[in-house]
Amino acid sequence: MAFTAFSSSTAAAEPVVRRKSRVALFLLLPGIFYLILFFVTPLISLIITSLQAPDPLIFGQFVNAFNWQNYAIVIETYGEQAVRSAGYAALATFFALLIGFPLAYFIGITLRPYPLLQSLALVLVIAPFFISFLLRTLAWKQIFSTEGPVSGILSSIGILGPGESITGTTFSVVFGLTYNFIPFMTLPIYATLVSLDLRLLEAGNDLYGSPATTFRTVTLPLSAAGVMSGTLLTFIPAAGDYINASREFLGSADTTMIGNVIETNFLVLQNFPAAAALSLLLMGFILVLVAVYVKRSGTEELL
Amino acid sequence: MNRPLPEDPMIRSLIAQAKRAQLSRRTMLAGTGAGATALALAACTTGGTELSPADDISADDKTLNWANWPFYIDEDDDGNYPTLLAFQEEFGIDVNYLVTVDDNNSYFATVRDQLALGQDIGADTVCLTDWMVNRWIQLGYTQPLNKDNIPNAANLVASLQNPQFDPGRVHSLPWQGGFAGIAYNVEETAEVRAVSDLWRPDLLGRVGVLSEMRDTIGVIMLENGVDISGDFTADEFNAALDIFRTQVESGQIRNVRGNAYTEDLVNGDTLAAICWSGDITVLNFEAGYEKWKFVLPEGGATLWNDNFLIPIGSPRKTNAETLINYYYQPEVAAEVAAWVNYITPVEGAQEAAIAIDPELAENQLIFPNADTLAQSKIFRGLTAQEENEYQAAFQAILLGA
Repeated sequence: MAFTAFSSSTAAAEPVVRRKSRVALFLLLPGIFYLILFFVTPLISLIITSLQAPDPLIFGQFVNAFNWQNYAIVIETYGEQAVRSAGYAALATFFALLIGFPLAYFIGITLRPYPLLQSLALVLVIAPFFISFLLRTLAWKQIFSTEGPVSGILSSIGILGPGESITGTTFSVVFGLTYNFIPFMTLPIYATLVSLDLRLLEAGNDLYGSPATTFRTVTLPLSAAGVMSGTLLTFIPAAGDYINASREFLGSADTTMIGNVIETNFLVLQNFPAAAALSLLLMGFILVLVAVYVKRSGTEELL
Repeated sequence: MNRPLPEDPMIRSLIAQAKRAQLSRRTMLAGTGAGATALALAACTTGGTELSPADDISADDKTLNWANWPFYIDEDDDGNYPTLLAFQEEFGIDVNYLVTVDDNNSYFATVRDQLALGQDIGADTVCLTDWMVNRWIQLGYTQPLNKDNIPNAANLVASLQNPQFDPGRVHSLPWQGGFAGIAYNVEETAEVRAVSDLWRPDLLGRVGVLSEMRDTIGVIMLENGVDISGDFTADEFNAALDIFRTQVESGQIRNVRGNAYTEDLVNGDTLAAICWSGDITVLNFEAGYEKWKFVLPEGGATLWNDNFLIPIGSPRKTNAETLINYYYQPEVAAEVAAWVNYITPVEGAQEAAIAIDPELAENQLIFPNADTLAQSKIFRGLTAQEENEYQAAFQAILLGA
């Protein structure tokens, strides 16, 4: 309703917002306070930690310093895992898009004449969220286990050699990431497709556009905003994910991602500066990537 | 901004508003102020003063928080802890039993900031493994035990009375102990008697090992003939580490896991594993027959203990001591041992166990005799430097770095 207030009387609204409003500032205070306490403070603390040096007197403790070499060391030590994370996340995003777009299209457009089926299909996409993410991933581990059905079939037709397994491989980790993020890809695309005016598709058809051309020139541009939010919502968490690639779930020493490295450095090695430096690098990397992506795909859709 | 403004009037007005909010000197100052506040807050996270034990309010506060590992106390079918219920009834202390310790390192990482400030970590007593207890004592994160409140501590077995990390048991008392050895699936694979049998070709990709460095590397070192309780050298440690690395890289070792390694044994991903003694008894019990056999490897097994300690910030020290004293009664210790299947440190518990089940009292994994104990070694305490260096090398293999 607030939206209509804005749009219906633009001229009248402008003077109201122009006034330096102390009330607005006052209303913003809790939000600002929250951001300072729970975002800015931890971020600064993380930056300080990432530059700490080992305490020369007490072993295992760290003192504040300007030890920027921490960054060079972690890049050198864990470069491979960082590149792998980006690669896995990109693969997972690609596959999630490949599966998520047709799914969203089916629910949003094909099922539109049948509202009941449409809601049912939506529920099916969301339903996995009712079960813990960890449990679902563990279930896949069971399905892929050596004595499980999938491995049995694959080894009987010779795809899996002796001593080889599905879990702990690139396949299983990318599979897990894709599976876990499909809803994050599907829902934003669905949200754009569900409001797509079908008359536009009819118009494309009337103008002798083949289904492929209509899709490319009408459907795709109109759903671009959804595709973009979907890919961001998938890629960003997937790049930092440490569950799927964990040895406790679908990964192994060969599939370690940067999230696992950060976890080990924080919790096991208690090398806090290294963990903090890695976290900041990951944050910076994603920020730059998203900025470039948003810039290149055009900001209008996001607005 | 030379791009035309969007059509939507709402967005037009928002952008117009944003443009007007120029960065004035006043906002600049306000921003600096907020930044400084945040910086000051961030600086609060690092402490570093002399720690002193918290004031004991046990007399007025009859509650107790006890943090422990999973499946580490007797439990009935309803999920109650019978010995703990009896304790609450007898002493009127309300115990909050927290299953929050899953790994020594990650538990420590969770509570270390509060410990460094001498604050209550939400647990009045916690059971941790020898080497981690060593670290807490060295850092001054524990309160000395008042043995007047724990007369039953006299029941502690002689061999555990003077460990290297706590001579005379001033800060810690053992809860349970156990062996790290080998278990194998008797239906699916031939007998496994030594660590070297784990590297057999028929077990390719079907071997599990523990993510606890001292246990996994410990048994490999013992296989190499190194005394892990003695002054071994870095070379001897690294030789074992090389074997481990080779087996991980070749895929012989399927997985390196914490307590959850039992899942891999159950679903058949692993057919043999380096594992903890008590777990195998529980697995066989759940399977209904002896599907897995636990062996002390020919080279030797590692022996460890988890110990009660009272964190520096706990205000309920006397309550914790009352609890420890209760569990040092042989009858109670026997009841716990019968369920958890680990080695009890309480003298007289074996005699008490005969009353429960004579067969139980004969179980070498719960009441080991001198011969069994001779097959096991305790990993020696590492200096902080060694700890860091070895752990980093071990973790690097797990991360594939």
